[in-house]
Amino acid sequence: MKMKKSALIGFSVAAALGASAVQAADQYIGLPSYRVGPYAAGGTGIFGGMIDYFQLVNARDGGINGVKLTWEECETEYNNARGVECYERMKKNGPTGNTVFHPLSTGITYSVIDKATADKIPVISLGYGRTDASDGRVFPYIFPMLTNYWSQNTAKIKFIGMKEGGMDKLKGKKIVNIYHDSAYGKETIPVLDAQAKMYGFTVKHIPVAHPGNEQQSQWLQVRQEKPDWVILRGWGVMNPTALKAAAKIGFPREKIVGVWWSGAEEDTIPAGAAAKGYISAGFNVAGTNYPVIKDIQKHVVAKGKTNMEDKSRIGSVYYNRGVVHGIITVEAIRKAQEKYGKGKSITGEQMRWGIENLSIDAAMLKKLGAEGFMPALKMSCLNHEGSGLVKFQQWDGKQWKVITDWIESDQKLVRGMIEESAAKYAKEKGITPRDCSKES
Amino acid sequence: MQFFFEVLIGGLLSGVMYSLVALGFVLIYKASGVFNFAQGAMVFFAALTFVGITELGVPFGFALILAFGAMILLAIATERVVLRPLVNQPQITLFMATIGLTFLVEGLAQGMWGASVRGLEIPGIQDEPLEWMMENTGIGVSKFDLFAAGVSAVLVVVLALFFNKTRVGRALRAVADDHQAALAIGIPLQDIWRIVWAVAGLVALVAGVMWGARNGVQFALTFVALKALPVLIIGGFTSIPGAIVGGLIIGASEKLGEIYIPPFVQSTFGLETNLGGIEGWFPYVMALLFLLVRPEGLFGEKHIDRV
Repeated sequence: MKMKKSALIGFSVAAALGASAVQAADQYIGLPSYRVGPYAAGGTGIFGGMIDYFQLVNARDGGINGVKLTWEECETEYNNARGVECYERMKKNGPTGNTVFHPLSTGITYSVIDKATADKIPVISLGYGRTDASDGRVFPYIFPMLTNYWSQNTAKIKFIGMKEGGMDKLKGKKIVNIYHDSAYGKETIPVLDAQAKMYGFTVKHIPVAHPGNEQQSQWLQVRQEKPDWVILRGWGVMNPTALKAAAKIGFPREKIVGVWWSGAEEDTIPAGAAAKGYISAGFNVAGTNYPVIKDIQKHVVAKGKTNMEDKSRIGSVYYNRGVVHGIITVEAIRKAQEKYGKGKSITGEQMRWGIENLSIDAAMLKKLGAEGFMPALKMSCLNHEGSGLVKFQQWDGKQWKVITDWIESDQKLVRGMIEESAAKYAKEKGITPRDCSKES
Repeated sequence: MQFFFEVLIGGLLSGVMYSLVALGFVLIYKASGVFNFAQGAMVFFAALTFVGITELGVPFGFALILAFGAMILLAIATERVVLRPLVNQPQITLFMATIGLTFLVEGLAQGMWGASVRGLEIPGIQDEPLEWMMENTGIGVSKFDLFAAGVSAVLVVVLALFFNKTRVGRALRAVADDHQAALAIGIPLQDIWRIVWAVAGLVALVAGVMWGARNGVQFALTFVALKALPVLIIGGFTSIPGAIVGGLIIGASEKLGEIYIPPFVQSTFGLETNLGGIEGWFPYVMALLFLLVRPEGLFGEKHIDRV
């Protein structure tokens, strides 16, 4: 287990002052990070950004109403068993236990749903995880926040419709969905099929076996199908391999739209020139030209405290996604403090209230220095997604360029599917859904 | 039919890439009778070291030499720390030691060069179809894949000469048969192991550069070793030409299988579910079938124990 210096100092000071002083000064967050192993590039970027934001809040603001953030890392290597072990190891640490758990893995998220619900520790799965957990009545402690996979997919079809000149122009078009052959990859098949019926396009789903470092057969099928668009639902090495294979058969990269786990610099740089023109969805943007990133550079990076080993990655897609994780965590704690006492450490249960009542509107985004950086959101007991907005970006050969404003997802379609799926889950598990009208 | 040939040719050329990794396994197995579980990690270590060196501004060719130097150092350290204390131990002990070595090498690579994903371009070699072939036959054959096939052919010839025509090669085969007997007749076991691990390191470097140029230099390079296993089972663990033939069989069959088996099964049984993505396990089914018919592989040595 790796513990950051600031957290260690925090604990040392706490020990010297006595337990009561700790409770008034610290807010503990256990981070199940992955800095080695197959997905270390994503882990170091996202956890690096999140930790840098926590450092910013401590350094610039003196914490949240005087409550300093402390954190502790536990290496999961993106492995489910280790993720659960980390969850168990950290859940009682800190003055009030773990405030919130960020698994950064759909597998670990699934593995801790029951435990976290029983322990009353909120799990935030930002842009991943179990989509139907967006129904907070059935999943009170699980938050697939900002935009879940189904919402993202409907926004993607909207984007393709925009490119074609209107949704009615989708009729008769052909889309190939190249997906990672896993639960994550298959998650959007039902919503794509539903949209194909709705708009009259045809969709062919082509799976790629894990890890996806061989895709010749799949892209030869694409060449045979001659689709108008390809949706890329990849992860890790599957993404650059797909872009190279597309180049090999001459499929235009401008007609490939990826999910946000296929839309980081780590996905395009290894593909070299083959990635130029490729488009991906995103719920955060890349770049350093945002006040929040400039503040991190001033208060954290310039003082030699950044968590990033490679400083050139500051402002990358993954790093900025980590900052979004940080903003949401901090603002939810702040919200909870408004109800349960400013300047006090909150519990996991209180954090859940904070998240469910969190609202970050345009004015607040501006105040946070994150205007255009992430979407506005409004959470509730019923809606654990909170946003459903998606931007699209295009790789110009060197960097990601945002090419759209926030595009709304089709909540009419998605919400119906979520509630149906969540109700089925509740029935299977014998869960009685909460009555949100009685939640205060 | 044109599509069939395109899939077949593409599969054969992909198979050559698998063979590149399988060659490293064969070398170690020939010298010690041990399946080196760490070969995939060595591919990753070699590629990451090479890219790390080029990022320091070192030219491509010189960086290759320096990366090979790093592989030699790794070979010496492996012999000194892992292999030497385990001389005359059962082969399963050595195998377990290579499992431990895998995690050590993976961690060492990321510790030295960081976890970032890197791109790698081989100067002058593009992963794009040969134009004249595309124009005349409609079949797309990648220049990069052809280059990889050429590199593999050269490696096989060099390694075959090394094993069959040099004193070191003959000594190496003697060591593989019996460590103790080889020591008794004066063969320097430690030198032989260092040499063979260094050569396996060179093969790992070549495989790492080729795979890295194709998919980027990242941790997933360690996974390419998974495809080398069925290649070895089919070709035989001790045969260099076997690694090539096994690779060709696996490459061609998995690509043809991926394209033609799912639709056949779906239409035959009237299934609506998507059955694709069989490339991950299909080579292992092939290997299993070979094990049932010819356990020593196509070119492997038949092991006979006298009772």
